[in-house]
Amino acid sequence: MNELQDRRTIQEIVLGAHTVAIVGLSASELRASHFVGYYLQRHGYRVIPVNPNEEHVLGEQVYPSLREVPEHIDVVDVFRAPAAVPEIAQEAVEVGAGALWLQFGIISPEGARIAQEAGLPVVMDRCLKVEHARLLGRMHWMGFDTGVIAGSRPR
Amino acid sequence: MDDASREFGFNTRAVHAGQRPDPYTGASATPIYQTAGFVFEDTESASAYFNLQEYGNIYSRIMNPTVAAFEERLANLEGGAGAVAFASGLAAQAGLFFALLEPGDRIAVAKALYGGSTAQLNHLARKLQIDLDWVDMDDPDGWRRSVTTGTKMLFAETIANPGGNVLDIELAASVAHEVGAPLVVDNTFATPYLCRPLEFGADIVIHSATKFLVGNGTTIAGAVVDSGAFDWSNGRFPSIAEPSTAYHGLKFHETFGVYGLLMKLRSETLRDFGAVLAPFNAFLLVLGMESLAVRMDRHVANALAVAEWLCEQPGVGAVRHPALRDSPYRPLVERYLPRGAGSVFSFDLESGREGGRRFIEALSLWSHLANVGDTKSLVIHPASTTHRQLSDDELVASGVAPGTVRLSVGLEDVDDLLWDLERGLRAARGSAVTA
Repeated sequence: MNELQDRRTIQEIVLGAHTVAIVGLSASELRASHFVGYYLQRHGYRVIPVNPNEEHVLGEQVYPSLREVPEHIDVVDVFRAPAAVPEIAQEAVEVGAGALWLQFGIISPEGARIAQEAGLPVVMDRCLKVEHARLLGRMHWMGFDTGVIAGSRPR
Repeated sequence: MDDASREFGFNTRAVHAGQRPDPYTGASATPIYQTAGFVFEDTESASAYFNLQEYGNIYSRIMNPTVAAFEERLANLEGGAGAVAFASGLAAQAGLFFALLEPGDRIAVAKALYGGSTAQLNHLARKLQIDLDWVDMDDPDGWRRSVTTGTKMLFAETIANPGGNVLDIELAASVAHEVGAPLVVDNTFATPYLCRPLEFGADIVIHSATKFLVGNGTTIAGAVVDSGAFDWSNGRFPSIAEPSTAYHGLKFHETFGVYGLLMKLRSETLRDFGAVLAPFNAFLLVLGMESLAVRMDRHVANALAVAEWLCEQPGVGAVRHPALRDSPYRPLVERYLPRGAGSVFSFDLESGREGGRRFIEALSLWSHLANVGDTKSLVIHPASTTHRQLSDDELVASGVAPGTVRLSVGLEDVDDLLWDLERGLRAARGSAVTA
């Protein structure tokens, strides 16, 4: 298995995080970033939008970059083109974020390396919403393979 | 916390994937959610479900938790991202073609195909203006000769019904991917225990779950399993990559990534087709699949024993079991089906159409029945049933000899199966000279 899709790492981030900064969170309800932000808010995460082109998204104040965010960030979730990722990873390291997460199709080995060398866990080419639904329950209602194999009663 | 890092084996996943004890009641078996609709928590949740922003149960024509247990178990065993169940194998196939294809598209299809699929494709081709290129899948250049940059999809069976032709999956996949088309494989006869086409480069697997998956002939069912690996944004599949008018401009592939095709199949195709699997039938499938590996081992052993025995019997012509030592498919069986080539195959009686009729009438243990993949052993003689209206010449043209018999070998004691076949062969030979 790809070390940037390690199931234990994914599990620890999804279950352990509270504050998620979404870089590239769009105000358009039809964009994938909006789907994810909306979903994470519904499931109790604090979502901080980062996008230089917006002011308010999902009822939250938007910040132009990670450096402007005035609170601790558990996960930086990226919806930007791969070329923008190394700089975002560098910022994530500088602001002391807990982890770097690159969404479906955002492949940046360079960005992943920058974060990993600073000790941040990294997940690449996965969706935070999908992984939350996989681990915490509802995704299997859609016939997707969650990979959950257990004969014990869920707590 | 569950340990997410363990890679579980096939048997463990066949028993557990898609279903764990019910969190509310502790029920160990899969509950049958026999309900049409699901009550929403609040208005906000309801609109989130309809907007596909949140996974939630809405209506059993789109999703149902019992059906989902079957879908996830099958997807897990095939190594796919997910599955969408349909009311039958043919419904699954029609749904997939409807989701992928546009009027005027060309597709390449193996000639050696289940007759029901051939009929369906000819019907779809007429109604939807799809051009079909029929491919000799036994010819190593067959796919390459038929596939062009205009081809939208390649379609074949892992083990063809009833000829037993074995697909060179890697070859077909490489030809498909050169032109940016998906390879769709009907894996009904192999099941994911004997072959997992997605591991060899196929993009989508379809099933008639009526056969070995449920295992006991109780249920009509089908499913589409998607690997999630195909790039639907390659410019050739606007219905998946471009804004959907049915979902106010949603782009399925961009928004749902590897789950894009599956979301479209469920929230558009299944919703509009209505050919949905019933919760009780899904329950039987979940139950049946628990024992898939154990059953398939016995099916495979029994079928090979019957095939080898038939080769030695007087009055028997060709025996078309792909795992036989002198079968032309033996190298492909070793590569793609190392655990065995299933339990459905055909053979020819030298006594022709009349001998076939006498053979069937003399059998008492084997059931004369138009299905395959049952615990019970099944037999059918095409020339006196499904192909009855055809002359001997027309039969041969359709790939079936007047004396061809198709067997689906079940789980009985093989000695008992041979005892009955021996009686049938004796009856078939009875007036062989006049046949």
